[in-house]
Amino acid sequence: MTTSVSLTVNGKPVSAEIDPRMLLVQFIREHLGLTGTHVGCDTGQCGACTVLVDGNAIKSCMVLAAQMQGAEVTTIEGIGGPNGDLHPMQAAFKECHGLQCGFCTPGMVMSAIDLVKRNGKALTEEAIRAGLDGNLCRCTGYHNIVKAVQLGAAKMQGV
Amino acid sequence: MNAPNEVATGSLIGAAVRRKEDARFLTGSGRYTDDISLPGQTYACFVRSPHAHARIVKIDKSAALKAPGVLGVFTGDDLAADKVGSLPCGWLITDVNGQPMKEPPHPPLAQDKVRYVGDHVAVVIAETYWQAKDAAERLDIEYEPLPAVVDAVEALRPGAPVVHEQAPDNLCFRWSLGDKAATDAAFAKAHHVTKLDIVNNRLIPNAIEPRAALAHYSRAEDAYTLYVANQNPHVERLLMTAFVLGVPEHKMRVIAPDVGGGFGSKIFLYPEETVITWASKKINRPIKWTAERAEAFLSDAHGRDHHTHAELALDKDGKFLGLRVKTIANLGAYLSTFGSSVPTYLYGTLLAGQYTTPAIYVEVDAVFTNTAPVDAYRGAGRPEATYVVERLVSTAAREMGIDQAEIRRRNFITKFPYQTPVALTYDTGDYNACLEGAMKLADVAGFPKRRAEAEKRGKLRGLGYSTYIEACGLAPSNIAGALGARAGLFEVGEIRVNPTGTVTVFTGSHSHGQGHETTFAQVVASRLGIPIENVDVVHGDTGRIPFGMGTYGSRSIAVGGAAIMKALDKIEAKGKKIAAHLLEAAESDIEFKDGVFRVAGTDKSIPFAQIALAAYVPHNYPLDKLEPGLNETAFYDPTNFTFPAGAHICEVEVDPETGEVDIVNFTAVDDFGNVINPMIVEGQVHGGIAQGIGQALLEHAIYDKESGQLVTGSYMDYALPRADDLPTFKVDTRATPCTHNPLGVKGCGEAGAIGAPPAVIEAIIDALAPLGVKDIPMPATPQAVWRAIQEAKGRAAA
Repeated sequence: MTTSVSLTVNGKPVSAEIDPRMLLVQFIREHLGLTGTHVGCDTGQCGACTVLVDGNAIKSCMVLAAQMQGAEVTTIEGIGGPNGDLHPMQAAFKECHGLQCGFCTPGMVMSAIDLVKRNGKALTEEAIRAGLDGNLCRCTGYHNIVKAVQLGAAKMQGV
Repeated sequence: MNAPNEVATGSLIGAAVRRKEDARFLTGSGRYTDDISLPGQTYACFVRSPHAHARIVKIDKSAALKAPGVLGVFTGDDLAADKVGSLPCGWLITDVNGQPMKEPPHPPLAQDKVRYVGDHVAVVIAETYWQAKDAAERLDIEYEPLPAVVDAVEALRPGAPVVHEQAPDNLCFRWSLGDKAATDAAFAKAHHVTKLDIVNNRLIPNAIEPRAALAHYSRAEDAYTLYVANQNPHVERLLMTAFVLGVPEHKMRVIAPDVGGGFGSKIFLYPEETVITWASKKINRPIKWTAERAEAFLSDAHGRDHHTHAELALDKDGKFLGLRVKTIANLGAYLSTFGSSVPTYLYGTLLAGQYTTPAIYVEVDAVFTNTAPVDAYRGAGRPEATYVVERLVSTAAREMGIDQAEIRRRNFITKFPYQTPVALTYDTGDYNACLEGAMKLADVAGFPKRRAEAEKRGKLRGLGYSTYIEACGLAPSNIAGALGARAGLFEVGEIRVNPTGTVTVFTGSHSHGQGHETTFAQVVASRLGIPIENVDVVHGDTGRIPFGMGTYGSRSIAVGGAAIMKALDKIEAKGKKIAAHLLEAAESDIEFKDGVFRVAGTDKSIPFAQIALAAYVPHNYPLDKLEPGLNETAFYDPTNFTFPAGAHICEVEVDPETGEVDIVNFTAVDDFGNVINPMIVEGQVHGGIAQGIGQALLEHAIYDKESGQLVTGSYMDYALPRADDLPTFKVDTRATPCTHNPLGVKGCGEAGAIGAPPAVIEAIIDALAPLGVKDIPMPATPQAVWRAIQEAKGRAAA
């Protein structure tokens, strides 16, 4: 049994016949070959699979691909400039050494972008730490991630 | 040997160069094992034991084999029929009676018995992962459950369930180090003896990338390729081919591509990659396996799990006279790759700490239990040793009314080299410098005021100290060999200068977050005087790198970096020969500096890139004396360990009503010798501290004592530190360069995980001391802290 789904991923329309139990993250990784979105826990607790759906961060291991009919999905591969320029949040993570092994990084960056959009200039260190509560990093101790999000937020607002 | 400072003058050494590898990780272009797919790829699902201990009565494959998409179902009997061997242990411990440790077999798939929840029983291979998983449900396995024991102390009691027939008392070995008679004599003349019973809580490493492997067998070439999330691909290949599968080593290529964190857990040879490599030949298709997180919790090697009784003897001035330690270490159900070395040579040897304690004796019972194998996890033995030493020192200071910093100063080693009573020779260090630096950075002077202010708010503040040492840069092969290591512990570096003067570096070290592609490039670019953009670093592939022992124990820059320096020496020496020919000068007159070969004292010179070109286009070249090309390889075997050390100070605020602990300040001042990239070093320290705080406050792997089930088998039950659990850290360094490696470096990867736990626990005890609290178990959850407060109150009322 299959089901059909049509959605937009990183600005490109996509249609597919899929197994109804296929998760969005499997659709992104296995069907579209966009392997920047990672699976760290299968249970919605680590945030490595975070993507933007209609502008809001969600954990793509927690929704079925079939639920994405008509949605606009953005993955880590879709946030940079057309010539490979880094998104301000990506650039801030590099500048602040906000990543080590890189595995949690795409999810962390997507969550951070969402956090800036929702909080704007009210983004204090406390708000960043609380806002990244759904994203696990085992390498950095979050110290430099917090700094990166602060810098990224400033860059995103042109400050 | 190059003097360390000669390197330190290089332009990029000590610079916070932004990482070369970041671009791919930030854009989703990293290639981790699960990101790689091969044509015709199939998927493996492992069937695991639901019992902690059971006899396998029968396995009926028939229904599973008929399930859609299934290509194979294999059990331990199938492996045995193919003469697949036991997973080996890389370190032979000799016990107190001179006997070898007990080494019961560790078949990659269980035979006859399962010995822990998650033990590997069978593998199902199918066209899709869902088909493999569905078919696994149809495997009919009958078990006869047996009594199980998960606690190492209980496993030693008479009548405890027996994990392996080869060790009827569950004792793998009893090992000791130090002079027992001298230590007993020290205690006999002691003015004060401090005694502690300590549990070092069991942890699960939890790299965010789950373990994964993709195995491919080529019938045409009769050769295997294995992609695997691993920290040491050459070791993985050697162990798998020579000890388990009986495949010639040159017929296997192991690639450890981008690896999403290791922390020790990806050092080891595991059953899963071994089984799918074997099975890829059976079904003649590539097989992929990626762990679900639940599988990672059950079957990644765990860490720590020590029960220790320790005693410190002091004279009336607080000088340490002797240290006596008895530890029971849980090895889990099987000996993992380096499981036996962790509670012995990586533990007992560190018990001198930073102190002049003249007599030390340690005895360790290493015990089999019905739990996942225990092996190296960030720090590996050294956090356990540091926890014992620092808790004793802090407790002794409290008991004797001596200031925490003062008792340390009175006992610090100040003259180097220093031979400890537990087999190590510290080459250099300045422990006072780190302690003073940390006290200043932590504003210890202002603490009484902060404590008083907190008290007004009904909160209790405390300060905890930890002045730790670790032995890194593993290891002089001859010494390690004499102590039981079954492998060499050198490292390999190859410098391939391309004809246009750019450089490709091949290293046997492996980066899984450490940033070697940047740090090692800084070393090479500085030494050759070329832009860092002209240097790329390749790691993690037995097909491209001559050999390597991999990355663990904070050894990469100290051993891998030294191998690169040795190869650079050869490049420079050959470059001088070529330059002498081209400049028509004597070789001894050529000097090399800032990327230019020059005839000393003249303006006759030739840049590095031209020497490279001459080596590959040898038209004007001393072909009669010198081979063309500029490509050098070096193996570096260290002459000693390195000894990073530092002072960590934790300041906490405790809510006595709820038991909640808030880390308001964490300060670390560490001596890693020379620092190549301070940004990366600070990042390593942050991450280590986070794992140390995790151990102290949050993390605990718990098995149910009755059923042997892992109770903490998900992120809902096992508390990995999240962003709002941790503070901003204050970190700084002091440097006494290592005296015996060419870069003067010591290693920084594990320091935080080693130094932090006693600092955190001591800070809580310091905060609660006015209430009469003398000890707190790890993890110091609000419940544990609240309980300790209530018990102290009860004692006071009684």
